[in-house]
Amino acid sequence: MASSRSEFLSGLKAQLPILIGVIPFGMIYGVVAVGAGLGGQAAQAMSAIVFAGSAQFVAAQLFGAGVPGLVIVLTGGVINLRHALYSASLAPYLQQLSPKWKWLLAYLLTDEAYAVTITHFLKGENLGEGTVGDAPDNPERHAAFSKHWYFLGAGLALWGTWQASTAVGITLGAVIPQSWSIDFTVALTFIALLVPALRERASLATALTAGLVAVVAAGLPYRLGLLMAALVGIVVGVWMEGRA
Amino acid sequence: MKTWLVMIAIGLITYATRLSFILLLGRMEISSPLKRALQFVPPAVLSAIIFPELLMPQGKLDISGSNLRLLAGMLAFVVAWRTKSALLTIAAGMAGLLLLQALI
Repeated sequence: MASSRSEFLSGLKAQLPILIGVIPFGMIYGVVAVGAGLGGQAAQAMSAIVFAGSAQFVAAQLFGAGVPGLVIVLTGGVINLRHALYSASLAPYLQQLSPKWKWLLAYLLTDEAYAVTITHFLKGENLGEGTVGDAPDNPERHAAFSKHWYFLGAGLALWGTWQASTAVGITLGAVIPQSWSIDFTVALTFIALLVPALRERASLATALTAGLVAVVAAGLPYRLGLLMAALVGIVVGVWMEGRA
Repeated sequence: MKTWLVMIAIGLITYATRLSFILLLGRMEISSPLKRALQFVPPAVLSAIIFPELLMPQGKLDISGSNLRLLAGMLAFVVAWRTKSALLTIAAGMAGLLLLQALI
């Protein structure tokens, strides 16, 4: 029977292979943020306040380009909209938890923590273990009751790694010379994230449309071309999927 | 000051998004058109950032062979496609760019 402690530890362990990829991302973010003129303190604080890789990269870049605050907020917000999907997907498993747990776990809900947690929850469901937080007084359900600890383990492992690798990146960013073109790692990081997401024709059409609109609309003030391109791309994706 | 306000605002929006359905399930359901639209957010945003970075590194369109970022970026696309490894993609793209810069 799974105790809170063993659930916590297995969540942590499940996150370990993913951390190998997270460490360089965090370091690159730290380097890029400092390069964009964000102070070390602000760059580190963003990793705790926003705690979402791609939005932090983009925000740092836009800060560097001197884009108005409202546009940076809007752009960062749109990038992070996908978390609503994760929230909806995990919600049924977390219904019985206290509000305190819900507020804490929501803070730790990243792409990476979601990926391992939903896999674990779905596996448990297939074994008939019920949902998280289900009747603690029923011993047969106890395994399911401690499952939120798995989420906590995975989430905290990622959180600690992200803060630490940001700190390393900030330190490195102060010593890496401009001529190394380290800012190019932002585009490369996004290519690495984008390519696996292009699974069918609709998402491919979304990516191509958004990319081309972004190039055509690059002259718009306040970098509004980025937002516009993303919205047009999403519309095209939905339309393509509806036709299929 | 502006930097901090902007960061806190993005943080609040992100947190509200993450908390949304966990807190409100039962009182609020995610509609399926919205769900369909949300799955296209990552590819749309990512390529809206990548394309201008590669195709217009100096601020204007440049699809010539002297655009080293475009060449290195295309190499990164191929590596990402073949290996699905983020580390290899970044390493190949960076190595490609630095090598081209040294050669040209």
